[in-house]
Amino acid sequence: MNEQDLRPAVLRALRKIAPEADPARIDPKESLRDQLDVDSMDFLNFLIALHEALGVDIPETDYPRLTTLDAIVEYLEQKTGRTAPPAPVA
Amino acid sequence: MAEFRMPSLGADMEAGTLTKWLVKPGDVVRRGDLVAVVQTEKADVEVEVFTDGTVEKILVSEGEKVPVGALLATIRREGEAAEAAPAPAPAPEAGPAARTRASPAARRRAEELGIDLAGLSGSGPDGSITIADVEAATPAPAAAKPAAAPDRAAAMRRAIAAAMSRSNREIPHYYLGTEIDLGAAMRWLSEQNAARPVTERILPAALLLRSVALAAREVPEMNGFWLDGSFRPSPSVHLGVAISLSTGLVAPALHDAEKKTLGDLMKDLRDLVTRARAGTLRSSEVSDPTITVTNLGDLGVETVYGVIFPPQVALVGFGRILERPRVRNGAVQPAATVLATLSGDHRASDGHRGGIFLAAIDRLLQKPEAL
Repeated sequence: MNEQDLRPAVLRALRKIAPEADPARIDPKESLRDQLDVDSMDFLNFLIALHEALGVDIPETDYPRLTTLDAIVEYLEQKTGRTAPPAPVA
Repeated sequence: MAEFRMPSLGADMEAGTLTKWLVKPGDVVRRGDLVAVVQTEKADVEVEVFTDGTVEKILVSEGEKVPVGALLATIRREGEAAEAAPAPAPAPEAGPAARTRASPAARRRAEELGIDLAGLSGSGPDGSITIADVEAATPAPAAAKPAAAPDRAAAMRRAIAAAMSRSNREIPHYYLGTEIDLGAAMRWLSEQNAARPVTERILPAALLLRSVALAAREVPEMNGFWLDGSFRPSPSVHLGVAISLSTGLVAPALHDAEKKTLGDLMKDLRDLVTRARAGTLRSSEVSDPTITVTNLGDLGVETVYGVIFPPQVALVGFGRILERPRVRNGAVQPAATVLATLSGDHRASDGHRGGIFLAAIDRLLQKPEAL
């Protein structure tokens, strides 16, 4: 599983807390809280959905890193150690 | 024979639409079982029964709108004999004296639609004509279905408008506010959450709710209802939690909040918010709150000046938890604080008691390990 796998998983978790949100309209570089009107309970439910889908347990101290869609995917790549394999050398 | 009636699910609710029966005649029910879904202007609510027994008769059809207090079903208690089978219905009387059996709501609907009831056959109890029968007889699409989203939003707005207008009209509000140092509470919470899996973490909101529940037990003038010209304190703290929805606002109860552990309160809060947003609140949650808390800190709001939900007599508001400058031992230091406010009903309490109440919340939050 790499970025291409993680991003849909994150979007599925987001759909659980904001079913009305259109994934195509989410700006990956803008704050999710601002775009989706997410409150602290929604955010906790989002983390629980990620935990159930990916098995990751994100500590509170890492919450400030989880601001945008891109940042969350990048964080999960590091957290799971599932970074995409390096491009083959030509 | 016990009677199951349309409950009042809000201070200004006059009628509700029974959208779905979850039981049928012959089903055994226990106190607390969900037996029907009722649509109010604010939400679809799963209605509980408060009697043990066996459903004897269903008296209102799905889709029918009936006033609060209308008999919906009868429940035979254990040991009671079943009702005798009804005698065969008499033959319809001839002539103009014959009266068509129809519920009052169906009659009103027929009048609205210009339908002559005499030409309809009823599908309700004993052949009575229901709203669904009336609407099925009109050329327009049947309207006995849940309102579309824009209608629901408008209906919820009307319900909120009615309750809040009544509050401002009838309740002499007074307002108090205080800044509470949450340094100890937030440190304790961080330590707790660091040791908890994400599924069991506690939000600061749960700490605040728990402190309000315990303070309400200490200052009972804040916890109860103003009814018929006098204050009626509640023996339990059923904490109303304001929850925003895409269509508006609901404030269902966390029952017996003063008796729950912090962990259980958090678990119940998460469940309540989830069900409120899914439209599956229970009737007792909608009708039972004895005091309400509204927390707008997630939106960046610093101070809340709330409007009391009648017939309750107090509302506590919390703003954003923020690092603010505080003076300690003569030096200015940053501290996590929250601005707490009380909207009190001056008929039930005075500012002095309100001040004691807010001070109790503050004191309780200084010892989070005891919450």
